[in-house]
Amino acid sequence: MDTTKRYERLLERYRNGDLERRTFLGLLGAAAVTAGVTGLPVSKLTRHAMAAKPDQVRFDGWGGVVSEAFREHAFKAYTAKTGIEVVDGTFGGADEYISRVKASQPGEFNIAHLSGVFDYVRYHNLELSSELNEDNIPNLKNVITALQDVLRNVTGGTLSAVPYDYGTTSLAYNRKYISDDEMKEKGAKLLIDPAYKGKIGGWGEWKTRIWYGALQTDQNPNAIEDMDAVWDAIREHRDLALKYWASGAELMSLLAEEEIYVTEGWSGRIKALQDEGHDIGYYDPPGGLGWQECLFVLKGSPMEACEELLNFMLEPEVAIAVAEGQNYPPALDPTKVKLSDKVAALPAFDPTGTLSGLNFFDPPYWNSNEAEWSKTFGRVQKGY
Amino acid sequence: MASLDPMDNAWRPWRLLAPALSAIFLLLVVPVAFIVVYSFWLRTATGADIAGFHLDNWIEVLTDPFYRDIMGFTIWIAFATTVVCAVAGYVPAYFIATTQFKHKAFLLLLLMLPFWISYIIRTMSWINILGSSGIVNAALIWIGLTDEPIQMLYNQWTVIVGLVHFLLPFMILNIYVSLYGIDRNLVDAARSLGCTGWQAFREVTLPLSLPGLAAGSLLCFVLGAGTYITPLVLGGPTDAMFANLVFDAIITQLNWPLGSALSLVLLILLGCVVAVYNRFAGMGQIAKSFG
Repeated sequence: MDTTKRYERLLERYRNGDLERRTFLGLLGAAAVTAGVTGLPVSKLTRHAMAAKPDQVRFDGWGGVVSEAFREHAFKAYTAKTGIEVVDGTFGGADEYISRVKASQPGEFNIAHLSGVFDYVRYHNLELSSELNEDNIPNLKNVITALQDVLRNVTGGTLSAVPYDYGTTSLAYNRKYISDDEMKEKGAKLLIDPAYKGKIGGWGEWKTRIWYGALQTDQNPNAIEDMDAVWDAIREHRDLALKYWASGAELMSLLAEEEIYVTEGWSGRIKALQDEGHDIGYYDPPGGLGWQECLFVLKGSPMEACEELLNFMLEPEVAIAVAEGQNYPPALDPTKVKLSDKVAALPAFDPTGTLSGLNFFDPPYWNSNEAEWSKTFGRVQKGY
Repeated sequence: MASLDPMDNAWRPWRLLAPALSAIFLLLVVPVAFIVVYSFWLRTATGADIAGFHLDNWIEVLTDPFYRDIMGFTIWIAFATTVVCAVAGYVPAYFIATTQFKHKAFLLLLLMLPFWISYIIRTMSWINILGSSGIVNAALIWIGLTDEPIQMLYNQWTVIVGLVHFLLPFMILNIYVSLYGIDRNLVDAARSLGCTGWQAFREVTLPLSLPGLAAGSLLCFVLGAGTYITPLVLGGPTDAMFANLVFDAIITQLNWPLGSALSLVLLILLGCVVAVYNRFAGMGQIAKSFG
């Protein structure tokens, strides 16, 4: 019996005089409290999203030009073909988004544009992963195999997401103050050079800080042997840094306003700065950090509808348009799909489609240390 | 007709209060109860939570010097902000309360104007004022006081500046309400008995305006101590406040149980401050300011 029916029966009993006004209102109030506390409106939405042929699919991404490209090239065509509306949400960061998903009901969120393999593992560990039927995503055959394999290794050979783009987090520097030769000579150690005290920046994210701490202490970031030395390097960087930046916009602002001269930075954002005319160099040091982004389908989502949307988004013209919009190369294999000249000129682009020159986080290694390292970094970052 | 049943009359206040009490119960008590329960849970390495009654989070929060030191820094920033607001806010409040300007309402409107702009935008505007290529540095270089931009941003002082910018209107409003309620005849009487203007202010106006000053200070302290955005935008790497720890625990580390314990510690501390204020000054003054 649904809620409306219950209410109608209650009302009928009240009108017939079987129920006192006080009791009737009391029961209504109790129902309202129950609904409010248990999240009835949310659970209604859940059933809505989990229907076999849903009216809508929710997609969450980074906003800005990326979402614009998705809307223009994928969502409109998808809705025209299927009649399913794409509800387009945004988030500021992967950490913020996973908190929202964790607090939600299954099916409330469907597809997310997530960062890296690390998040893929986190969602899988939280039992939020789904299993894609790859027959429904024929465009998956055009995706770089190396990017798919790292995801399959996590989920036992199946996929919960399709790889979508990749990039690097390497060193960005202001050429007015730092020469290309100096950057090549010092590499990651330039971030702990006292000569630039107060003009150094850094992303306040524990994985990136530890990765660069490992490079600064001549260690393999995916097999660190002396963690104390890494923490010391992070402290050294912290004491020399003007500020930890928290978003791509802040990174660009700090570099463009010359508040900082050197930082590690995201390849797409630095390309955007260069395109705006700023004399900012970008250097991949030995062992520099690569990453991929994927379109992740969350557990409880309407799978067929989501798979069809993923296939739309992997259409070469859509993936290329998004890549040009956000300045990150698409996950499409250049040996199978002809990519535009603009894409070929993007930083981190690999024409071979093997990505053998990039270094990625080793998911089992980093995820197994997440709890301890993220907590310790929180303290080191704040002066300890 | 009113009921003659004494029991019915005894319940009447509760019936009248029921809507407000229900709202407080649902919007405040229930969420806080959830947070209290969560604070006794534990977080596993994979991010999942273990339900139960565990004191680990509380023991960590109450015994670890890291949290104590950040709490100390938070109290210092909130205190310094409150003092600056009190000193900087008294003069404009006094001016608005005593001016003969016929459009006094316009002055009060100007006071409220900053609230029409997003708090984050107002905070970020300081980057354009104090930054290396900001207005202040450009002016200093132009008049020849310096050749290179002076580093003014991203330290605890800019955090205090950002908070003063945000909280000053609260202080001015509270002091203004207090000053506006003072009978002007008292000042005139003091003057007629031989007080100088300064003595009349010190002996009459200032003591009578203290309730407003105290109410404004309470608001500034509580709001300042709970802030999260300002240290994030205007602070340096080591200028985190307690609310930033809550953010880190809940969002970055996905450790909701620890984040719950941290947020309750902040809530209890600020609750104690409010209780002490209420014991000595009463909450009525704050109600007047918003009335």
